[in-house]
Amino acid sequence: MVNLHRFANPTWFVKITTAILPWVVGITALLMGYGFWQALFVSPPDYQMGEAVRIMYVHVPAAYMAMMVYGAMAVASAVALIWRHPVADVAAKASAPIGAGFTLLALVTGMLWGQPMWGAFWVWDARLTSVLILFFIYLAYIGIWTSIDDPLRAGRAAAILALVGSVNLPIIHYSVDWWNTLHQPASLLRAGGPSVDAGMLPALLSLVFGYTTFYVMVLIWRMHRELVVRRIRALQLLHAQE
Amino acid sequence: MAFSGRNLTCTRGGRTVFRDLTFDVAAGAALLLRGPNGSGKSSLLRMAAGFLPPAAGHFAWDGNPATADDLRARVAWVGHADATKAAFTVAENAAFWIRLGGGDSSATGRALASMGIDHLADLPAGVLSAGQRRRLNLCRLAAGAAPLWLLDEPTSSLDDASVTGLIAMLQQHLDRGGALVVATHVDLPLRPSATLSLGASR
Amino acid sequence: MNTFAVIVARDVRLALRHGGGTMWALLFYLLTVTLFPLAVGPEPEMLARISGGVIWVAALLAALLSLDRLFQSDFEDGSLELLALSPAPLEVVVLAKSLAHWLTTGLPLAAFAPLMGLLLNLHPSAWGVLVLAMLLGTPVLSLIGAIGAALTVGIRRGGMLLSLVVVPFFVPTLIFGVSAVDAAAGGLTPRPHLLLLAALLLGAAALAPWAAAAALRLNLE
Repeated sequence: MVNLHRFANPTWFVKITTAILPWVVGITALLMGYGFWQALFVSPPDYQMGEAVRIMYVHVPAAYMAMMVYGAMAVASAVALIWRHPVADVAAKASAPIGAGFTLLALVTGMLWGQPMWGAFWVWDARLTSVLILFFIYLAYIGIWTSIDDPLRAGRAAAILALVGSVNLPIIHYSVDWWNTLHQPASLLRAGGPSVDAGMLPALLSLVFGYTTFYVMVLIWRMHRELVVRRIRALQLLHAQE
Repeated sequence: MAFSGRNLTCTRGGRTVFRDLTFDVAAGAALLLRGPNGSGKSSLLRMAAGFLPPAAGHFAWDGNPATADDLRARVAWVGHADATKAAFTVAENAAFWIRLGGGDSSATGRALASMGIDHLADLPAGVLSAGQRRRLNLCRLAAGAAPLWLLDEPTSSLDDASVTGLIAMLQQHLDRGGALVVATHVDLPLRPSATLSLGASR
Repeated sequence: MNTFAVIVARDVRLALRHGGGTMWALLFYLLTVTLFPLAVGPEPEMLARISGGVIWVAALLAALLSLDRLFQSDFEDGSLELLALSPAPLEVVVLAKSLAHWLTTGLPLAAFAPLMGLLLNLHPSAWGVLVLAMLLGTPVLSLIGAIGAALTVGIRRGGMLLSLVVVPFFVPTLIFGVSAVDAAAGGLTPRPHLLLLAALLLGAAALAPWAAAAALRLNLE
């Protein structure tokens, strides 16, 4: 049997992440500051959508992060499940609400963007629908975590769900695309979507990286907090035993 | 066919229940687990059945370390709940578990008689009393061939006559060369038997 | 194989006995289908257009409703421990219980689908495809449902969480199932949709027992 206690002390993790955290905060502030300045003031308005195109700078990186964070969560879950590594377990748990937040942001900005484009806040666009289903999977994952009292068992159950989800997400995405092409009325079809103008790239790229470092920053905060909560719980249990 | 545990440590929900526990059960012998609530009697049984992986240490059959699958393949289990379906008759309940264990359903009648509930065979199990349900759960043991029986408080809800019947059944298992690990809070006069006290050091 | 058959036979008998799950699932199915004409109006053309989707949603909800009993009662009365100790691996036990669940919910739902098609004015030419699509799709619901049921088995009042866990994974089955019926009703070939459903079934049969057994082991600790 693997000796759990060998890995149970995540001191090294806290030490390293505490050292890099100020750098992550700084880089995030720089990237997001530059990105939003570019997005709001420098980048050109779209010839079709006008100023409404600026919602894209919030929406596209959020949609990207919704999937990126799920991927990170699935990898952390696999590590936690196979090697019983408590830091990976904490990383997966701490990622879920951040990923759900990005997913919600992608949905809301998608709706705001859709209103001027489609004349309705919600149309059953393939991408929006896929993101909505991803949001439900995040909620189910968080639901498993909050419903099982023992954090070790909750972590393993949630990890199984995260892995089942990672196998199913491509299938769901494909099936929704298929469904959408069957049902999409012609009036909503648009050719290709907005082609990305070269003037938009600095804003988009810096925001995609800025969102990523923002995720890392919040992840470190949340993991530190979760590790403290677990330490307190362990001490309470130890105290109750004596 | 000796069963043993070596340096076992049990943690549940981050709490260490016991550590560095070692025991041996020879073929034909019983090990009685004694100790206060929360001392880990049930947890040790769940580990021995392969449900709960030990945080440290291992089990062994004849000195060979046993995997969870090895453990599962050799035990008969009686837990807190009686695994009876109210919608089935007493005989149907017993027959299902006996057949699942690879036994012949013709053994059902004898199994029921071994715990003195053969006269209830055609009643729905839903009308049984707690003690009768427990006897129904215990009767499948006699029909199985598992070398190691793990029993968690098997005497709970049983009246004196049924306890005597149970002791006779357990002694018969020992006499046939089987082994027993029993968590119990009452004295079971089984021979030969050893007692393992849990939670005594604290 | 003997263990497998013994468990299937036992679960089927339990479901059919004393108003077990099958009767309730079928009644729920009929009730849900009945609500739609009352909600959207009785125009035959409208009903014909939505019938494939409505029947599939009703079947999906009926299957979902019966899923929380899949492992819960065995978990509560200690049977699951004994099933886990049976000679067969836990994955085989899961497969047996999923098959029994399908035989007692999915199969009757598929068998009664033409009756629902009749009520909703589905074109008779699509009835055969509807039944075939359901025969391929409802076992996927049972298998994926087994994962959700195994994950939520130890949770008090886990029914809502179970729905949240499994419904997103039901989406592909629903989409391909309804597409097959719509294609047949529209005079197109349902073949690609049915093949995709068959692929989902093979994938679920390979993945679900493994995942559900892992979740059950966790809950048996």
